[in-house]
Amino acid sequence: MFRTWRQRVTFSDIMVWIIGLAIGVVVVWGTISTIQSGKYSAESWFDLIVKGLALGGVYALIAMGYTLVYGILRMINFAHSEVFMSGPVTAVFLANALAASGFLNKQPLLSILAIALLSMLVSMTVAILVERIAYRPLRNAPRLVPLITAIGASFFLQYTFRGFYGSGFQAYPTIDALAGSWKIGTVQLYKTQAVVIMAAIVLMFLLYAIVMWSKLGKAMRAVSEDREAAALMGIDADKIIVFTFALGGAAAGIGGILYILLFPIAHFYMGFIPGLKAFTAAVLGGIGNVPGAFLGSMVLGLIESLGPNLFLDGLGIPNASQLKDALAFIILVFILIFRPSGILGERTAQTKA
Amino acid sequence: MQNKYTDWKQALRSGLLGGAIIVLLSLIGIVTAFNKTFIITKVLTFGELLLLGPIIVFSFVAIRKAATKSPGFLLLTGAIAGLASGLVLIALVGVGQLINLRAMFVNASDDLYAIYSYNQTLFFGMILRLAVSGLTGLMTAGFFRLPARIKQALGQALLYIIMMGLMSKLIGTVIASWGFVSLLFEWMFARSGLSIVGAVVIFLLVGGLTYWRYGRPKARLVRDPKKQQLVRWGTLGGLGILILLLPSILGMWFSEILDNVGLFILMGLGLNIVVGFAGLLDLGYVAFYAIGAYTIGVLTSPELGFFNMTFWQAFPFAILVAVAAGILLGLPILKMRGDYLAIVTLGFGEIIRLLALSDWLKPWLGGTQGIQRIAKPVIGIGNFSIQLESQQQLYYLILAGIVIVAFIAIRLRDSRLGRTWMALREDEDVAVAMGINHVATKLTAFAMGAIFSGIGGTIFAAKLGSIYPSSFMFLVSINILSLIIVGGMGSIPGVFVGALALMGLPEVLREFAEYRYLFYGAALVAMMLAKPEGLWPEARHKLELHEAEAPPPQESEPAATSA
Repeated sequence: MFRTWRQRVTFSDIMVWIIGLAIGVVVVWGTISTIQSGKYSAESWFDLIVKGLALGGVYALIAMGYTLVYGILRMINFAHSEVFMSGPVTAVFLANALAASGFLNKQPLLSILAIALLSMLVSMTVAILVERIAYRPLRNAPRLVPLITAIGASFFLQYTFRGFYGSGFQAYPTIDALAGSWKIGTVQLYKTQAVVIMAAIVLMFLLYAIVMWSKLGKAMRAVSEDREAAALMGIDADKIIVFTFALGGAAAGIGGILYILLFPIAHFYMGFIPGLKAFTAAVLGGIGNVPGAFLGSMVLGLIESLGPNLFLDGLGIPNASQLKDALAFIILVFILIFRPSGILGERTAQTKA
Repeated sequence: MQNKYTDWKQALRSGLLGGAIIVLLSLIGIVTAFNKTFIITKVLTFGELLLLGPIIVFSFVAIRKAATKSPGFLLLTGAIAGLASGLVLIALVGVGQLINLRAMFVNASDDLYAIYSYNQTLFFGMILRLAVSGLTGLMTAGFFRLPARIKQALGQALLYIIMMGLMSKLIGTVIASWGFVSLLFEWMFARSGLSIVGAVVIFLLVGGLTYWRYGRPKARLVRDPKKQQLVRWGTLGGLGILILLLPSILGMWFSEILDNVGLFILMGLGLNIVVGFAGLLDLGYVAFYAIGAYTIGVLTSPELGFFNMTFWQAFPFAILVAVAAGILLGLPILKMRGDYLAIVTLGFGEIIRLLALSDWLKPWLGGTQGIQRIAKPVIGIGNFSIQLESQQQLYYLILAGIVIVAFIAIRLRDSRLGRTWMALREDEDVAVAMGINHVATKLTAFAMGAIFSGIGGTIFAAKLGSIYPSSFMFLVSINILSLIIVGGMGSIPGVFVGALALMGLPEVLREFAEYRYLFYGAALVAMMLAKPEGLWPEARHKLELHEAEAPPPQESEPAATSA
C-alpha cells in the first residue's frame, strides 16, 4: 500500500482527470464570460434559481421512489415514471369536477389536498401492483431481468392509461389563489413555485422522518442492509418491500400534483422525462440515500434552469436552453468522475452494486 | 396460500380477479376495438375472446389448485369462478347505468355494454352474459377432467386456430404475393379471420396430429452419427438458402421488417459484448448507432457539402469515430459500477442526440432537419457495379454484416479476451487480483460494442438516405437491451432469437394498431416471468440458474410455480 503517487496513478486516471478538468474549465470560462457580459439582471437570476428549486423539489419526490426501491432491492424501478404519471393523469378528473362545481376556488386548500390525496392513492396502487406482478416473482432472478419486466410494465402502463383516458392532453383548471406572484423588493416570487418548494421540503422531511424514525422505516433500513438477517429478526421482508413501493408511489403521486402546479397539463406520456431526471438526480446524490436524493434533485434542478444561461450563454451558443438536458448529464459525469458513488453516496456502494 | 383460503373462496377470488382483468381490458378499449375483428368469421370475434379468455385462465388456475378434490367439486369451482367474473361485468354495467363513467373512461360506452349483453336488451343480455361466463368456467373444469392425451390435442388445436385467426390478415398479405399458389389457400380465410371450413380443417389437422404424436417417442430418422452430421449440415444449408431467399418470398413489406430486425441483430451482437460478456450495463448504446449514422451522413451528403465521399470511402471513418467515442465514454466510467454506469451511459446517449438536435451544431449536423441525400453503398467494379437501393437489396448487405459480425463475436467469445471479459463480469475484484488489466479489458469491450453499433448506424443511414435526431431516441437503447436479455444474456444465438421476437413482434402486432405497445409490454413481462434466463440462454448461465434452483428448496413461492 505504500506506493508513491507515480505508481498509484495510471494513464487512464490522467485521461479521466483531463476530461474532468476540461469540463470544469469550460463551465468556469462560460460562467465568467456570461457574468462579464451582464446580459442578465439579478432579478432574472433569482427567477431562474427559484424555478430550479421548484423543479428540484418535484424531482426529489419522484427520486424518493427510485432511491428507496434501489436501497432495498438493488434494482432500477424503470416503471416508476409511469407510477408518477398515473396519479396526475387520473386526478385531473377530480380537479375538473371540483372546478366545475366552483368548490376549487372556494376552498382551494381543501381541493388541492383532495386532488393530491387521489393522485397519491392511484400512484400508490399502481406501484404496489407493479411490484406484485412484475417484480416479486423475480426476486431471485439475475439482476437485469427485473429491469426488463420494468420496461415492459412501463409500456403496458403508458398504453393502459392512454386507453383509459384517451390520448389527448388534459388541462388542469387554474387555481385563482395560486395565480400571480408576490413582490419582494425588486424580485417577483411566483406563488405556485413558492408553494411547490415549500411543499417539497416539508414532504421530503416527512419522508426522511418515516424512513429514519418510524418502526416501518427502521424495518425498511434493516431489510435493505441484510434481508436474511432482518427476516431472522422477525421482519416480514415481503411486507416491507410492499411498504417501500407504496411509500415511493405515494411520494411520486404527490410529486405529480406539484409538477402539475408548475406545468398544468396531464398526458399519458408525461412521466418519461421527469422520471428520467429524477433517476439521474437520485444517482447524482448517491442512490439509496434519502438526503442524497434531495440534494441531487436540487442540484439537478438548478443546473437545468441556471445552466444554459450561466454556463453556455457566455460561450456564444445559440438557443442554449435546448442543451439543458445535455448539460445536466455532462455535469453528472463531471461529478461522478470525482465522486464515483454520488455526492452523498457511501463508499461501499462501489462494491455492492 | 392453500391454508389461508378455503377452496370455494379461492374459486371466488380467481373469478373476481378474472372479472377485474376483463373490466381492465374493456376500459382500455381493446374489447370494443376488436369487436369486428373475427377469429373465425361470423362465429368468434377477438373482442369476445378477450371477454372469455380471462375467465378460462383464472378458473383453470382455481381448478388446478383444487385438483385433488372430487370431480363434482371441480365443476362447482369452475362454475363459481365463471359466475364471479360474470358478476363483475354486471357490476360494471350497473355502475355505468347509474353514473356516467364515460366522463372519465373514454371506453365505458354504450357500445361496450351492447357487446357485453350480446346486443340484446340490457337486462336479458346481462343474464345471458352471466350464463355464458358460468358455462365457460364449467367447461374449463370439464376440459380439466379430460384424459391428458385429448386435453393436449384439444388445447393445441384451439391455440392454433386462435393464432391463425389473429394473424389471418398478415398471412393473407404474404400469400397474396405468391401469385397463383395463393388460390390454394383462399378457402381458409374469410374477409376477416378464418373461414368456418378453415377453422374445422385446422382443428382436425392439428388436433389429430397432436393426438397421434402423443406419447410416441420422437422418431430418429438417422442413427449413424456420421450421417447425423450430414443431416445437420443439410438442414443448415437449407436454412441458409431459405434466409437468402426470404426477401423474395415475403415481399416488400416484410423485407423492410427483416432489414430492421437485421439492424437490431447487428447492434444486439455489439451490446451483447458490452452487457452480456463484460457485464457493463450500457443504457446509451444508441449513441454509437447515431455516431455511425451521422459520420456517414456528414461525410457523404452533398447537401452539407463538406466531403462528398462515397459510402465505402466514408465507412472506415465512421468506424474510427465510433471507436473513439467508445473509448471516450469508457474512460470516465472505468471506476463506476452497476447502476452508476447505467445512468452515465444513458446520459451519453442523450447528450449525443441533443447535440445533433441543437441549433448550435446545426451547420454541421443539420439540427432538427437532419441530413438528407446520404450516399447509398455501391457494390462491384466499373460497369458491373450496382447501387444497393431497395429494401430487398439492402437485406443482403445487412446479412453480410451480420455474418461477419457474428463470426467476430463468436471468435471473441472463445478467445482469451472473451474469457477475461467474462471473468470481469463474474467478479471484478477477483479478476483484477488474478492479473487482468481491467482498464484495457473494459475499453476493448466498449470499443468492440461501438464498432458493431457504428456499422449498424452506417447501414441505417444508407438505408433511409436521410437521418434525423428523432431516430436515435433512448427507446432504441432500451429495445436493444431488452432483446439481448429476452434472448438470453451473453448468448449469441439468443441475440438472433431475441431480435426476431422483440423487433418482429411489434411489426406482427401491427394488427392491433394503437394497442400494439400494450401487448408488447405485456409480452415482455410475460416472457421474463416465464423464462428469466432468456429464450436461448448461454449454456453456462443456464447451468448456474438451475444449480441455484435445484439443491436448496427456496422459500416456496406458489406464484412463481403456478402462474
